[in-house]
Amino acid sequence: MNETTTLEKPDFKIDQDEGNFSYPEDYAFNAGTGLTEKTIDYICDAKEDPDWVREFRKRALKVFQEKPLPTHWASKDLENIHFDDFRYYLSKGAKPKRTWEEVPDDVKRTFERLGIPEKERAFLAGVEAQFDSEAAYSNIKKAVAEQGVIFVGSREGLKDHPEIFKKWFGKVIPTSDNKFSALNSAVFSGGSFIYVPKGVKVKHPLQAYFRINAENFGQFERTLIIVDEGAELTYMEGCTAPKFDSVTLHSAVVELVAMKGAKLQYITVQNWSPNVFNLVTKRGLAHEESEIKWIDCNIGSRLTMKYPGVILKGRKARGEVLSIALANNGQHQDTGAKMIHAADETTSNIISKSISIGSGRATYRGLVHIPRHLKGCKNNTECDALLINTESRTDTYPAIVTRGEGNSVQHEASVSKVSAEQIFYMQQRGLTEGQAMSLSVNGFVNDLVRQFPMEYSVELKRLIDLEMEGSVG
Amino acid sequence: MAKSGVNGADGHGVTEPGWWIGRKAAALKKFQALPMPKRNEEDWRFATIGAIELGNFQPGQKGSTSVEALRKRSTASFPHAAKAVFANDRLLHLEGAEELARQGVVFESLSVALEKHPALLEKYFMAHPVDLGAQKFAALHAAHASAGVLIHVPKNVEIELPLVAFHWIDSAESAVFPHTLIVAGENSKVTVVDFLGSTDARGAGLACGVNDLLVGVGAKVNYVGLQQWGSAVTSFQLNSTRVEKDGEARSLFVNLGAAYARQESRSTLVGGGARSEMLGLSVGNNRQEFDQRTLQCHDVPNTWSDLLYKNALDDRSKSIFKGLIRVAPGAAKTDAYQNNRNLLLNPEAEADSMPGLEILNDDVRCTHGATTGQIDQDQLFYLMARGIDPRTGAQLLAHGFFEEVIARLPDHKIGEAVRVAVADKFASMRTRGSQVDSIEKSVSPARFHPSALPEEETLDVRALQGLGK
Repeated sequence: MNETTTLEKPDFKIDQDEGNFSYPEDYAFNAGTGLTEKTIDYICDAKEDPDWVREFRKRALKVFQEKPLPTHWASKDLENIHFDDFRYYLSKGAKPKRTWEEVPDDVKRTFERLGIPEKERAFLAGVEAQFDSEAAYSNIKKAVAEQGVIFVGSREGLKDHPEIFKKWFGKVIPTSDNKFSALNSAVFSGGSFIYVPKGVKVKHPLQAYFRINAENFGQFERTLIIVDEGAELTYMEGCTAPKFDSVTLHSAVVELVAMKGAKLQYITVQNWSPNVFNLVTKRGLAHEESEIKWIDCNIGSRLTMKYPGVILKGRKARGEVLSIALANNGQHQDTGAKMIHAADETTSNIISKSISIGSGRATYRGLVHIPRHLKGCKNNTECDALLINTESRTDTYPAIVTRGEGNSVQHEASVSKVSAEQIFYMQQRGLTEGQAMSLSVNGFVNDLVRQFPMEYSVELKRLIDLEMEGSVG
Repeated sequence: MAKSGVNGADGHGVTEPGWWIGRKAAALKKFQALPMPKRNEEDWRFATIGAIELGNFQPGQKGSTSVEALRKRSTASFPHAAKAVFANDRLLHLEGAEELARQGVVFESLSVALEKHPALLEKYFMAHPVDLGAQKFAALHAAHASAGVLIHVPKNVEIELPLVAFHWIDSAESAVFPHTLIVAGENSKVTVVDFLGSTDARGAGLACGVNDLLVGVGAKVNYVGLQQWGSAVTSFQLNSTRVEKDGEARSLFVNLGAAYARQESRSTLVGGGARSEMLGLSVGNNRQEFDQRTLQCHDVPNTWSDLLYKNALDDRSKSIFKGLIRVAPGAAKTDAYQNNRNLLLNPEAEADSMPGLEILNDDVRCTHGATTGQIDQDQLFYLMARGIDPRTGAQLLAHGFFEEVIARLPDHKIGEAVRVAVADKFASMRTRGSQVDSIEKSVSPARFHPSALPEEETLDVRALQGLGK
C-alpha cells in the first residue's frame, strides 16, 4: 500500500488552555466544606434570602438526601462525586457591579482574558458574568432596559420581581425532578432572571458567562427566563474553569417559559475543564404557537449529563434541540433531548451530532413522548456519531412513546468514521493530515453549525480546529 | 409474589439423568431467589409488569381436547420433513424422525433426547442464556422444560423441507414450557417452524418458552416462531442465537396471540463472516401488549446483522421495542442495522420504541431507525376510490406494511402460512368496529361519499392478496 494512503490515527489533545488559569482565593463569604442545614442557613444569611426561599431550600435538601444516584442507567462515574468534599458557596460580595471599573481587579482580569468586555461592546445586548457563586458584573444596555426587559441575577429576581419570579420558579423543573435538580434547589446561587415583556423583540443576544475559579467547589446557578406573548429573545451562555486535580461540580437548573407566540433561543457553549462534573437540568415550557430552541454544544468537562427538554403545552408549539458533543480522551458526553408533547399539532425536532476522539465516549439519550388523545403531533430525531479512533465509543439510547391520532415520529441514527479516501484526497491537494481531519470534522457538523449565530459558529469552528491541530504533532 | 403453581417441582414420570435433575433443582432455586422485575429497571421500562400473570398455572395439566382432534388441528400448510405435536407439554405425536435419522439428523422430543442423546443436551441445553431482563423466567423454563424438540444436524447435511413443532395450551390452568434447541453442524442447513397455540382462542395460561439456535461454521438456520396463544395467555419467548464463522441465522417471530407477550432475542456473532437476520411481526388488538427486547452482539471483526421489527396496533394494544446493537472494541468492519416500524391503527394504541447503539470501535457501519405513524390517508383513499371499503383497505395496507418482513423468508410457502395467520388475526378483529370507526373518522368526509361504502364486508383480504405482488 502506498505510504500516503495509510491513515495514521492521530493523537488528539483537547484545548483547555484558554480557560486554564486561576487567581488566588480571597472570598468574603465561604460556606465551608460539606452540605448540611447549617450550610443552607449560611447561604440564606449571606444572600439575605426571604423566608420562603429558606424553606424551599431546606425542603430541597431533604429531597436531595433521599434520592439515590441514578446509576441504574447513568454512568457509574457519578459515584466518584463526594458531596461532602465540596464548598457550596464562595463569593466576594453578593451584589454585582454595573461597570467593569468597579469589578475587583483579579475577577476583571479573568473576564478580560476571556474577552467578555470586548464581546459585550461588539454584539451583546447585556452581559452577566458569574464568578464562583455570585455575579461579579451585570449590565444591560440602556435601550434594551428601556423596553422593559429585566436582566438580573436570580437573587435580584426573587427580591425585586417576586410577582413574576414566584409564579414560574420551580414550575418547569420541580425540585424532585432528579437528585441534581434537588441539590441545585437547595444551594442555588447566581444565574440569570430574565423577563421580556409582551411584543418586545430583543435584537441582540443577552449573555451570561460562568466562571469557576476555586478548587473543590460546586457552582449551582439557577436561571429563569420568561418571554411574554409575542416577544423574542436569544440567550447565550459560556463557561470555563481552570484545570484542578480535584473534582469540581457544576449543577445548574435552567427554566424557560415561552408565552403565546413567543420565540426563545438558548445557546450554550460548554468548555469546562476536564475535572468538572457537569450535571445540568434544562427544560422549557412552550405555550401556544411559541417556539423554544436549545442549541447545546458540549466540548469540555469530565462527565456531562444534560438533556435539554421542551414541554409542548400549547397548540402548535414547537420545540427544537440542536446538539453537538465532542468527547475527547477521558471524557464522557452524555447528552440528548426530551420532547414532551402535551397539546395537539405540536412539533419537535432533535438533531444531535457527536464526535468521539481517543478514548472519549459520546452518548445520546432521548425521550419523545406523545400521549393518547393528541392529534397531529410530529417529531423528527436524527443522531449522527463520528468516531475518530479505534478505542472511541458512542452510544444511542432513545425512548419514543407514541399514541394518539395522526401523530408521527421518526428516529434515525448512524455511526461513521472519517473516510480515509477523503483525507487522502485532501492530502493530495496539499493539506496536512491535521488540516484534512479538521476540515472533515467541520464538514460533519457544518449543517448544524450553520444554524448558530455567526459569533458562535466562528467560535466553535475555532475550537474544533484547535483540537485537530494536535493531530499533526 | 402470590403462591404460584409453577413454584413447586413437578414430575413427569420420566426417568431423568442425575445431572438434569440437579440442573432443574438449581434453576428452580434461581427462579425463586430472583425478584419479580420492576418497572424502574431499564430492561423493563414501559412494560406493564402487572400484566405478568403467573397465577396458579400448573404444568402437565390434563387437557379437554381429544388427542385425535389435536393431531388433526396440528397441520402445516406447507410440506415438511418431520413433525412433533405437544399439548400441555405432553408429546402426542412425532413423525419423520426415522427418515431423518438415516441422514444422521436428530429430531427428538426433549424427554426422549435425555435418554438417547444426553451428551448433546448436557452440552447445549440453555448453554447461551439470554440476559435481556427475563432471567427469572429463563430459570423458570429451565426448571420445568420437558417438551419441545432437540434438532441436531450433522456436518454437511442439508435438509430441504422444514421441520415443524406444534405446542398447544389445552386448559385454562395450564403452564407450558416449549423448548426448541437447534444445533446445526458445519455447513449444514435446516429450517424449523414452531406453532404455538391454544385450543381456546380466548383461553388463559402461562407459556414460557426458550429457543436456542446454534449455527455452526458455514451453516444456515432459518427459524419461524408463530405465536397464536389464546388471548388471555401470559407468554415469554426467549431466543438466543449464536453464529459461528460464515454461518447464517434468520429468525422471524410472529406475535399474534397472548395478553402479554414478552419476547427476547439475542444474536451473538462469534466468527468472521457470521450473519444474523432478526425479524419480527406483531398484530395487536384489545389490550394486548408485545414487549420486545433484542440484542445484536458483535464480538469479532467482519460480522453482519440486520433487524427489522414491525408492529401494527389496534384498539388499546401496545408494543415496546427495545433493541441494542453492541459492537465490541475489536469488532472492526461490523455492519449492523436495526429498524423498528410501528403502525398505529387506533388513537388509543401505543408504540414505545427504544432503539439503542453501543459502539466501541470506529471502523463500523451501524445505523438504526424507528418510525411510528398511521395508515397513509392518500393510499387509503386510492383504494377506496376503487371500491374497497376503508376497513379492508386499512387491512390491505397493513398487509403491505408486513410484506417487507414476510418477503425476506426464503421459503415462500412458509411466508404464505404467515400471511394466512396475519389475515386470520385481522379477520378476528373485524367482528368489532373499533378500528373501522377510527379509520372512517380519520378520512375526511369531503373526500368520499359515505353512501359509496358497502354496508357489509364484501371483500376478503386473503382474496386480495395477489394485488400486493
